[in-house]
Amino acid sequence: MSIAVRNLTKKYGEQKAIDDISFDVKTGEILGFLGPNGAGKTTTMKIITCYMPPASGTVEVDGLNIFDHSLDVRKKIGYLPELNPLYLDMNVLDYLEYSAQLHGLKREAIPHRIKEMVSTCGLEEVRQKDIGELSKGYRQRVGLAQAMIHEPDVLILDEPTSGLDPNQIVEIRNLIKQLGRAKTVVLSTHILSEVQATCDRVLIINEGKIVADGTPEQLKQNFQGAETVTLELKASVGNPLEHISPKLRAIAHVSNVELLSESDSTYRFALHIEKGADIREPAFRLAVAEGWILLEMYRKGTSLEEVFHRLTTS
Amino acid sequence: MMGYPNILPIFRRELRYYFNSPVAYVVIIVFLAIIGWFFTSNLFLMNVASMRIVFDLVPLIFLFFVPAITMRLLAEEKKSGTLELLTTKPVRDVEIVLGKFLAAWALLAAALAPTLLYLVTIASLGSIDFGPVFAAYFGLLLMGGVYVGIGVLSSGLTENQIIAFIISFLIVLALFMIDKVLMYVPEGLATTMEFLGTDHHFSNISRGVIDSRDVIYFASLLGFSLFLATVSLERRKW
Repeated sequence: MSIAVRNLTKKYGEQKAIDDISFDVKTGEILGFLGPNGAGKTTTMKIITCYMPPASGTVEVDGLNIFDHSLDVRKKIGYLPELNPLYLDMNVLDYLEYSAQLHGLKREAIPHRIKEMVSTCGLEEVRQKDIGELSKGYRQRVGLAQAMIHEPDVLILDEPTSGLDPNQIVEIRNLIKQLGRAKTVVLSTHILSEVQATCDRVLIINEGKIVADGTPEQLKQNFQGAETVTLELKASVGNPLEHISPKLRAIAHVSNVELLSESDSTYRFALHIEKGADIREPAFRLAVAEGWILLEMYRKGTSLEEVFHRLTTS
Repeated sequence: MMGYPNILPIFRRELRYYFNSPVAYVVIIVFLAIIGWFFTSNLFLMNVASMRIVFDLVPLIFLFFVPAITMRLLAEEKKSGTLELLTTKPVRDVEIVLGKFLAAWALLAAALAPTLLYLVTIASLGSIDFGPVFAAYFGLLLMGGVYVGIGVLSSGLTENQIIAFIISFLIVLALFMIDKVLMYVPEGLATTMEFLGTDHHFSNISRGVIDSRDVIYFASLLGFSLFLATVSLERRKW
């Protein structure tokens, strides 16, 4: 069950929420949708789930177009919206029954499916309670249960772990991973470790555009050039930006110098260096020659956090 | 309801909401208390055993009653975000509107049903002409249905229940009052305005004559408001 997104654009007034986005999700893949708030993740998901139409472009779910086969597309999708809205006045079992009916499940199949979802999502203890009385973690599980009640082939989960405590996050992640084997899953998040823990593939989106696409490993490799050396030194100079930065910048293979912090006459710099280069020795010699006292120096590989940070700022 | 399989579950959920919360009971009790007060004081103080007072009063009470029971129908789903859940399931917008409309209409009928006891009382006290009485009930259901339709529409226009109440109250008030101001308008306009008024058609029906013109008036007004309510849901797509 694949999803094909083609040249999707959506505007809110003059502002483009998403701008000509195209990507594919293959069957059985768990795709992580990563981006800062307001990048267009939720908008893209709302379009895929037929909640609102794009200004231009199309989405096909299993070959079915969202415009011409809206009802059929919606039958195939299980959706957990952002903020997980639920009917707080209904109890868990009634709500799951209602969801099952709206998905057109056969009357005789419904009790069995509800039982299955209650046990898969760990809702046994609260099944008779009103949703309004449930904790956030349980509500999230109810949200997942309603999204999966009709055994959809595609799951669209908008920030499935937001607002959960660390234990609940692990539980929900495991649940998604376990379910994701047989389904196509698209989940959005701004928690990077989540992507590393659950997703086969990452799509980083910023200001409505896709800025990176690949496995978490690929992304890190592609941005390996972004290695940094952090340097802390003590020097009595007037303005570090004037007297230290240019000299550090002049070291071969240094592509950029950032002043991270300063206090008294102690300065911390981050040196971004080109792929494969090692500038620690020249940096040390420079410090000696200039009479700076080197307090600390270390080299750091790229983390997904940095890839994300680099791609989504500037 | 083949082809529209989701009307029934939505109808049932809404009806259950009404009767699981104090809403339905409070509304019905207030409704019956007001009518009961006037009916019994008429009966015992004036010695008049007539359903007339009920049929004069109910249209007035509907003006408040109906906006109150319909204001949350769509507005609350919009506000809480559950509308997104509902509309991303394989459910047509028109099914949502019809399911909710029917639930509120059923509540209205449930509130009206106990007034049949007055009918029994009167029938035991003397002879009664049942024809006009049942016609009047039919008319009340039609008029109430139109008001419910307008209430659903207003509820779909906003996510604020109070605003939904005010919009539907103003619309039904206008429809109710429009044939009460005929003496102030030019004669040419008067017949048209009279035709637009709900009360005019209701009093036609409650005389015991069910004229197709009156029924068509109510049916088309209802159809139009439910159509607009569906459009108001689709508005998210513009």
